Parts: sequence; structure tokens; C-alpha cells
Amino acid sequence: MMSATIYRFELRGRLRSALIWSGAVIAVIFTYLAFYPPLADEAALMNRAMANFPPQFLQAFGMQHMDWGSIMGFYSFVFLFVQVLLAVQAAGYGFGLVSVDETTFTADFLLTRPVARPRILSGKLLAALTALTITNAAAWAGSLAALNLFQAGRGYDAHAVLLLLGSIVIFQLFFLSAGLFLSLVVRVRSVPPYATGLALGLYALGALSGILGDVKLGWISPFAHFEPNRIIETGAYDLPLAMISITVIVLALAGSFWRYQRRDIPAVA
Amino acid sequence: MPVIETRQLTKYYGKARGVIDVDMQVEEGEIFGFIGPNGAGKSTTIRLLLNLIFPTRGSARIFGKDVVRDGPEIRRHIGYLPSEVFYYERMKVIDLLKYAASFYPGDHSQRLHELADIMGLDLNRRIEDLSYGNRKKVGIVQGLLHRPRLLLLDEPTLGLDPLMQRTFFQLIREENARGATIFFSSHILGEVQRLCNRVAIIKEGRLIEVSDIRTLQQNNYKRIYVAARAIPDGYFDLPGVTNLEPVDGGVRFFFKGDIDAIVARISALDLSDVTIEEPTLEEIFMHYYEQAA
Repeated sequence: MMSATIYRFELRGRLRSALIWSGAVIAVIFTYLAFYPPLADEAALMNRAMANFPPQFLQAFGMQHMDWGSIMGFYSFVFLFVQVLLAVQAAGYGFGLVSVDETTFTADFLLTRPVARPRILSGKLLAALTALTITNAAAWAGSLAALNLFQAGRGYDAHAVLLLLGSIVIFQLFFLSAGLFLSLVVRVRSVPPYATGLALGLYALGALSGILGDVKLGWISPFAHFEPNRIIETGAYDLPLAMISITVIVLALAGSFWRYQRRDIPAVA
Repeated sequence: MPVIETRQLTKYYGKARGVIDVDMQVEEGEIFGFIGPNGAGKSTTIRLLLNLIFPTRGSARIFGKDVVRDGPEIRRHIGYLPSEVFYYERMKVIDLLKYAASFYPGDHSQRLHELADIMGLDLNRRIEDLSYGNRKKVGIVQGLLHRPRLLLLDEPTLGLDPLMQRTFFQLIREENARGATIFFSSHILGEVQRLCNRVAIIKEGRLIEVSDIRTLQQNNYKRIYVAARAIPDGYFDLPGVTNLEPVDGGVRFFFKGDIDAIVARISALDLSDVTIEEPTLEEIFMHYYEQAA
């Protein structure tokens, strides 16, 4: 059972941030996809030009199989960008969930109320997840609107798009729960460096595994678990890899509740 | 049944000492003073009672229930005023207080406004714009608005001007008259003496004394300074006089004993100045408790 009072309070505190991230996601989708109609007319030229780049370079940006004649090629590139934004946002919420109260010393206020710690944590988690869902919804709406607007009569692979958008919730939960768990293991005094560090670090691991053609390196990265290119190509999730993400989420959440239940709240120095 | 009961309550932060083997009982309806210098373990004890931190060993019970196991239920009847008040900076005072009140069953808005009036607190300002003293007032209102059965006050007067301190003490006495038990930590002996029935003294993490306030006062040293035209040698060689030293124009010493006798002795001199003061807590530790140890 979560605390509804804390849920409402925490959600109100995150709404502004969720809307700003939503705006950023929609802006990225529209800006990039708007390039598709003019470039699609020159697709043969673009494909030839891209063939001159080293394959490692293309792989690092998820462009190795990109067909400039198809909006899906474009969209896979845009989606990777969206994933980075979502990862930073979710990791930020995760790292800050408990630590912000402790660095601003409002934790004392919250934890001296007559509410058990698991109810506090679940209230906070669900509020963060609700805020992430707002941005998730923005990614859905922005993607579907932009794809329809810029398809230039050539159509798009609706099945693959739904698979990609459907993966967002797991992707967000991964960074939310991993960030939370890490914040209960190391002392986080400022959220942004940790959030960007985790998000970009795992992105780099995913990209590196693509460059080296070595999946082992990327097995821990959700960027590899839900690589847009592969999902578009195969038209399916890689279930074993997706299961790694889900396992990390379950373990991180269980570990977080366990650590939080026993946590000494630091006092004002 | 005592309202607060601790048994060998001990807390280490890693290797750093918090409190060691604290045994105490606070009875219902008491105003219980908890004094000690900064860093002695006052806040640690209160944070253990609130289960903000977990004991290394030993246990604490409030209203007969274990603070770790039954924390949420216990805290429904506790009002807590931290020594340093930090709240959500961007909130308005009224919104913060309503949020605080929403955790306790019942409607507390009337009491909220009543307390804000008494403390002279402007409810429409933002927390971030408040002075230290005004933040403290927010802390007092949020600690009292749900009519708690037990008040845990950690250095409550820190940052309150003298006028507000008086109002606050009055408020605490009213709460006590209503039946609330008060646990009051401070490093200022004087304010504890004015308000409390019993005091515990904590030093370097250990309780070294729990006594009735009267007993403590009888045992208490006065710091006396006397300036007079001529003070004969050995004039203050009396039982209870210690640490006698000449200072410019007079003498200074500590005195413990019959205050009437020493005042009579002093007034027989041709005085130019005299002060009789409470010793600081540190001086009590130095001149009394180290002897006792």
C-alpha cells in the first residue's frame, strides 16, 4: 500500500519536469523527422554517401542498416535519441527519489510522519512512474503524429513502431529503479552528474558492443536490449535480452525497499 | 507505564560514537529536560526515538511500543520540532502546514490557524523567504497542530527571540496542562530549569545524571564575582567556596551551598559590584561531574 498523500505531493512536484521532458521529446521527434521528406527524394545519393563512412562509425550511431529511402531508417535514429533523453530523465528521478529529500533535509519532515517507510517509497515511486508515463505518452503521440505527417506518401512499419514505443515503459523502469538502488548504495549529493553518467555510460556500452560486434559488452545496457535498428529489422523483441532488463528492474526495486527499510537518515551536519 | 523507556540504547555511526547504553524513563505528563553540550548525543537520542536511525543495540519503547516495529503508529501521537528546520523551500507556509496536517486523521485547520496567530506567523509567505526565526515558528506549528500526546523538542528555542521564547514556553506549558508529555533537549541549563520537572544530563554519549530539577539546583554551583573596597584575606574561606581567584578590583569564585549565608557574607562588605550567575553547563561538568566521576 502506498501513501496517497505522498503520491499526490510528489507528483505535483514532478509535473513541471515531466512536461518539459515531454516537450523536449516531441521537439526532437519532429525536428529530425521533418528532414525525411526532402532527403527521401535524394535517398540513393544519401545511401552512397553513407557507404563511405567507416562501418564502426555508423554502428555507433545505430545507422549501419539505415535506408535513407525509408522513414523507418530515420525513425530508428530518432528513437535512439529519444531513448537517451528518456534514460536521463528516468535516471534523474531514480537518483533523486530519496536523495533530494536527504540533501535538502526534508527527509526528517517526511519520515517523522506516521507512515511506514515502504509506503513512503512506493508513493514516491508511483508518482515518479506517473510523471515518466506522461513523457512516455508524449513520445507515443509525437511519434505517431510526426510519422503520419512526414511519411510523404511512402507509409511506415506500424508494427515495428508499436514495438519500439511499447518498450519505453520497461526502458524507463530500468533507469528509475537502477538509479534509486544506486542512490541507496552510494551517497548522492547532486543528481544530474549521476543521472547523465548512468544514462550516457550505458548508451556508450550499448554503442561499443555494436561497434565491436560483441554483444557481451552490451548485455547490461538497455540500449542494447531495446536497440531500435534490430527491433525494426526483426519485427520482434529479443526476449532473452529484454528479460535482463526486467530482471534488473525487479532486483533493483527489491533491493531498494530492503535498503530503505534499514536506512539511517543522515542528520543536518 | 512510562511514555518513553529506553534500555541500553546504543548507536554507533560506523566507529563514531552516537550514544552508549542510554537507560531512561519519562513518565506521562512530565516535562523532561535533556541537557548536554553540542555533540553529546541529544539529537541522536531523539532521532532514535523517531526511528529516523536504527539502534546499534538496545531498544526504545514509546507508549509501551517498540519504536522500530511500531514506528508509524507511535508517530501518529508525536510532535517533533527539529533543531534545524528545513522544509520544501518553494512551498507556501500554509500549503506545507496543510500537507503536514493531512497525515493525521481529523480536521486540524482550526488549530493550525490558532497556533499561527499565537506565534505571529504569516501563512502566505514562501518558506524560502522566511528568516531562521520564522522557519522555527513553522516548525512549532507543524509539531503541535495535531495535538500530539508526546512532544519531542530538539533545541526548540534556538533562533527564537526572547519574546517568542516566552510565547513558546507558554504554549508548551498549555500543551503539558492538556496532558501532553514533553521531552525537551537543550544545551542551556537555565531554560531547562525554568520549564522542566526532571532532567537527564548526557555527556559524550552517556547519561551521567537523571535527577529532579530541585535536587540539581541544590547541587548547583553559582558563579560569583565580588568587587569591594577591601576584601580581607581569607574572607571567603567558607565551606562550599571553590576556585577562588583574585581579579581586578575583587575576587571570583564558585559557590555551592546555602545561598543566604553567602549573600549575608557578601553584603557585609563595602561593595562596588557583585554578580551571581548560573555557571554554564560546561562549568557544571568541570566542577561537579568530573568530581563525581
